[in-house]
Amino acid sequence: MDDKKTAIKIVDLHKSFDSQKVLDGINLEIPHGEITVIIGKSGGGKSVLMKHLIGLLKPDRGEIWIDGQDITKLKEKELNEVRKKFGMLFQEAALFDSMNVLDNVAFPLREHTKLSEKEIVQLTEEKLRSVGLAGFGYKMPSELSGGMRKRVGLARALIMDPEIVLFDEPTSALDPIISLTILDLIKETQERFKKTYVVISHDILGMFRIAHRVAMLYNGKIIEYGTPRDVKKSEKEEVKEFLKATGIPGF
Amino acid sequence: MINLFGLERIFNPINGILRELGGMGLMFLNSILLAFRKPLKFNYIFKQMEFIGVKSLGVVVITGTFTGMVLALQSYYGFRKFGAEGLVGTTVALSMTRELGPVLTSLMVTGRAGSAMAAELGTMRVTEQIDALIVMALNPIKYLVTPRVIASFFMLPVLTIISDFVGIVGGWLVGVKLLGINEGAFINKMVKYVDLEDIYNGLVKAACFGIILSVVACYKGFHTTGGAEGVGRSTTESVVISSVSILVADYILTSLMF
Repeated sequence: MDDKKTAIKIVDLHKSFDSQKVLDGINLEIPHGEITVIIGKSGGGKSVLMKHLIGLLKPDRGEIWIDGQDITKLKEKELNEVRKKFGMLFQEAALFDSMNVLDNVAFPLREHTKLSEKEIVQLTEEKLRSVGLAGFGYKMPSELSGGMRKRVGLARALIMDPEIVLFDEPTSALDPIISLTILDLIKETQERFKKTYVVISHDILGMFRIAHRVAMLYNGKIIEYGTPRDVKKSEKEEVKEFLKATGIPGF
Repeated sequence: MINLFGLERIFNPINGILRELGGMGLMFLNSILLAFRKPLKFNYIFKQMEFIGVKSLGVVVITGTFTGMVLALQSYYGFRKFGAEGLVGTTVALSMTRELGPVLTSLMVTGRAGSAMAAELGTMRVTEQIDALIVMALNPIKYLVTPRVIASFFMLPVLTIISDFVGIVGGWLVGVKLLGINEGAFINKMVKYVDLEDIYNGLVKAACFGIILSVVACYKGFHTTGGAEGVGRSTTESVVISSVSILVADYILTSLMF
């Protein structure tokens, strides 16, 4: 992986559900401090791959190395220690319906730190301000639009200053303008904190806007991996076809 | 091999039932073990106690009162034939404390709070809120199941005491005030024939039913799949399984206790 430090190393990862093979020998090294985007068609196993990265699913075979540990072999307690290094923005934001925005964002701080309530509120409001939602702390998630919910989800994912942040389809179900806002927020926060971001999406245009590296998942395998420029120039038929399907000039 | 004889039609459902029973048992054990692991989440338990106990009070009082009233009415017409109207109070009190108090309270709480638990957890599952807890390195059983099981265990006996009380008051209203049974006979015979053990055993039953309804609801909610339709299915299954299990457990507990 060039001279870059590797944040996540996936080795020969396999996963099947009943007879359906979803991941068929994934090999990928995700560099530290960059945005790596995994693209692929819907239902192609991107979410399954992401769930493996954080231990929500166990693989049938293969390894995932994070900070010198193969997380597929860890017990739940040890896995939780690894999870503390992660933040995740879910596809539908997965905000807790029973809590207001402030409590949602503050939740990891309240559970994992010994900070005073005053410090927690201060940090949370700061984080909400950084995603453009200052003053929204006392709204309930049901009162927010899809884009706002994603921004709250982003604030919650970043509140513990995690080393690795995972994004599951961050622009799905959003209009183009809000999508750009979310993408810019992702890019801006990554540039500011220099953490490792892993994004899965089928929104090719948006992803090429933010990615340092792009991996393409096809039939359970990573068939192309490199800088956005490398992937755009790929000679592989499947990649060309996928990029052409966007209908956007330049792809 | 089993397929050859067509026995899979028998074994598959049995296998499914056993797997669910095992899953529920493990979830219950896990929730209890996690209750003692720090940090203790008293605020979550109190919140559930309010939801399961305080907010079910209205429906339990109405059910209990009218059950006591109808019991008095029915038994009065029976006992009148033998001139034993004085036993109406005893009948109402024994039926309420031993049987109807715990069973009807549990069924009412199953319908009101158990269904809500299954629907809430099911929605949390399909909207990835449970995954979000796991990603935050938090155990969803401790945060979602333990408080509900503990709250149900403690609140069902409390609701049952209230149900027993209002049922007896309802019986007294109908028996003494409406049908003119001698108040002295009504109360004296009730006090004479109802032991503390009857009340106590009823409360033990209620606590067991509390565990059943909360574990079933949490298990069903936790294992929801298939979006909104799945949430509806889990909720229905939770109410049906809880209600049937309560009635079966009632028979077993009664045969062991009395």
